[in-house]
Amino acid sequence: MEWLSEFGAIAAMQGFNGLSVFCVLLLMALGLAIIFGQMGVINMAHGEFLTIGAYTTYMLSTLVQTWCPWMQPYYFFFAIALSFVVAGAIGWVVEWVMISRLYHRPLDTLLATWGLSLVMQQAFRSIFGAREVSANPPEWLMGAVNLTDAIEIPRNGLFVMGLTVLMTGGIFLMLYRTRWGLHVRATVQNRIMSRAVGINTRKVDRMTFALGCGVAGVAGAAFTTIGSTGPTAGSLYIVDTFLVVVFGGAASLFGTIASAFAIAQTQSLSEFFMSGSMAKVLTLSIVILILLMRPQGLFASKVRK
Amino acid sequence: MNALNKMLGGRQGVVGLLILATLILVVFPLTLDAFRLNMVGKYLTYAFVAVGLVLCWGYGGILSLGQGVFFGLGGYCMAMFLKLEASDPESTKIQSTPGIPDFMDWNQITELPWLWVPFHSFTFTVMAVIVLPVLLALIIGVALFRRRVGDVYFSIVTQAIALILTVLIIGQQGLTGGINGITDLKTLLGWDIRSDSARLLLYFINAGLLFGCILFGKFILNSKLGRLLMAMRDKEERVRFSGYDVAAFKVFVYCVAACFSAIGGAMFALQVGFMSPSFVGIVPSIEMVIFAAVGGRMSLLGAVYGSLLVNYGKTYFSESFPELWLYLMGGLFIAVVMYFPNGLAGLWESHGRKWLSGVTRKPATVIASPAPGITPTPALADKKAASPLEIQP
Repeated sequence: MEWLSEFGAIAAMQGFNGLSVFCVLLLMALGLAIIFGQMGVINMAHGEFLTIGAYTTYMLSTLVQTWCPWMQPYYFFFAIALSFVVAGAIGWVVEWVMISRLYHRPLDTLLATWGLSLVMQQAFRSIFGAREVSANPPEWLMGAVNLTDAIEIPRNGLFVMGLTVLMTGGIFLMLYRTRWGLHVRATVQNRIMSRAVGINTRKVDRMTFALGCGVAGVAGAAFTTIGSTGPTAGSLYIVDTFLVVVFGGAASLFGTIASAFAIAQTQSLSEFFMSGSMAKVLTLSIVILILLMRPQGLFASKVRK
Repeated sequence: MNALNKMLGGRQGVVGLLILATLILVVFPLTLDAFRLNMVGKYLTYAFVAVGLVLCWGYGGILSLGQGVFFGLGGYCMAMFLKLEASDPESTKIQSTPGIPDFMDWNQITELPWLWVPFHSFTFTVMAVIVLPVLLALIIGVALFRRRVGDVYFSIVTQAIALILTVLIIGQQGLTGGINGITDLKTLLGWDIRSDSARLLLYFINAGLLFGCILFGKFILNSKLGRLLMAMRDKEERVRFSGYDVAAFKVFVYCVAACFSAIGGAMFALQVGFMSPSFVGIVPSIEMVIFAAVGGRMSLLGAVYGSLLVNYGKTYFSESFPELWLYLMGGLFIAVVMYFPNGLAGLWESHGRKWLSGVTRKPATVIASPAPGITPTPALADKKAASPLEIQP
């Protein structure tokens, strides 16, 4: 019976590991899903907004360490907020300068934002150097919680999970309980009619885009507690994130959550049986195969096109 | 004769083709040394992909971000054949298992994997170069286009396929040579492909094949099929309701693009002497799109110029100012898409030609006129977006 409990412990920890991946994926995908659902635009530079958030956290951490070390335990909350604001503001500008001019040309937006991501990556490299940096997470995030003798749950994972739940809940509240959310939902369902009843859809678009990028920034702040940040940190996740969005079915937040969970857990659990790269191949292939059979994704919105 | 003339796109088309042919077949071989000419040959293998992209993206409206997959499949098929020829038992006798490629020996593989066995045959290899990528394109195309998925969606799926193939190739080191790829390719049917004379001949074969692809592309575009492709790109529903099988046309043009890319990949392996996953993945695939975009997504000849120019720029800048190159490349993506959606060919149509012949001005051809979805100037795009009566595509 010894081996069984050990096996269970490893499976549980691997599953928890999958949950951490799920959180980062979900935070990235939420923003992307709202933007894709509303504007039909895929933002290839979305990963770079994660990197912006991560670097913002890193900078704040360095500042705090040199100027006011007593802030060390608390700075992380400011870092999250600041990451959100910085990434959101840059997203706002990008929508204004670039995306809004490429209306009706979703494929071209894909290419233009790819160019933007190249520029941003090189800018990170010029500013912060090609080496990976890591922020100093506050001490209360270090270590692990021992559930049983064999099962250890890392605290940073728990924190990221809490943050994800909070962000997801916040987005749901905003979408379903605020005026802005109402406008967004109207625009998603029928852009022309929304305009006709007086919704400024361009303003809604800009807000949505900024919000999506801001959430990616928060994902970046959360990311610093799990790994170190390099100029291409965000682009590692980007294809997975796209797949999460299309797999979940565009414009369906529940679909996004479900598909992020499915993809992260498949990846993480299959890593238990095979090498990391083969696990990735397996996961992506399964997703692609399902998509080939069911292109509308898991939860398609029932809107007639 | 008349049909041929029409196929080439009238007098202008013939002149354009002749200029490009002179440049590639006469000017480059005469002025460049063997090393540089081989480099141009390498650039021209990318032009195969770009020409394919003009067909499926510019005319068909299908943006595939995974053309590197087909380029890679073609290249790997050819590289596998060449590698097997280079690893005969005689030259690999120091290995613990002679007669298998060196990287397999390094990975403790003692027997040639079954996947490699058919690549002993040259006939099979040539067939595989064409058939495998087309088959894959057929499967992807049928599965996605039959179910009428959106454009962006298709791009994402093809991009993911590019990622899968790269990770697979890198992960299966014993089977594919991993991240280093298949290197040290020496001979083709006993003919040393590394000598200068062989490279010159390969350059001309490559150029010949490229012109073959361009002519085939022109043939498609000037037939009824070309018209239908454009009609589909602009108003897919209307074409469908007119009784055409939209998905079949899309699948066809996607397969043609895949076939072109694969030929390019095979020629790449022959001319450059190796094949690696760095020509398969997401980044190279999307770079190939920018070759077509810079040249002009609506121009088959422009795609060739675009491939040459962007790659020349890449070589030049990454040798001289490596940190500047990514900024330039990124800027190029943004600028081409936002300000010159029809690329160099579009600039030529709107400015160059006028400048060249102020007297004998001709109305622009059908091909050159931009699609409603692709507005030529940002000013126009703004006006369109601001219109209250905009219709969602």
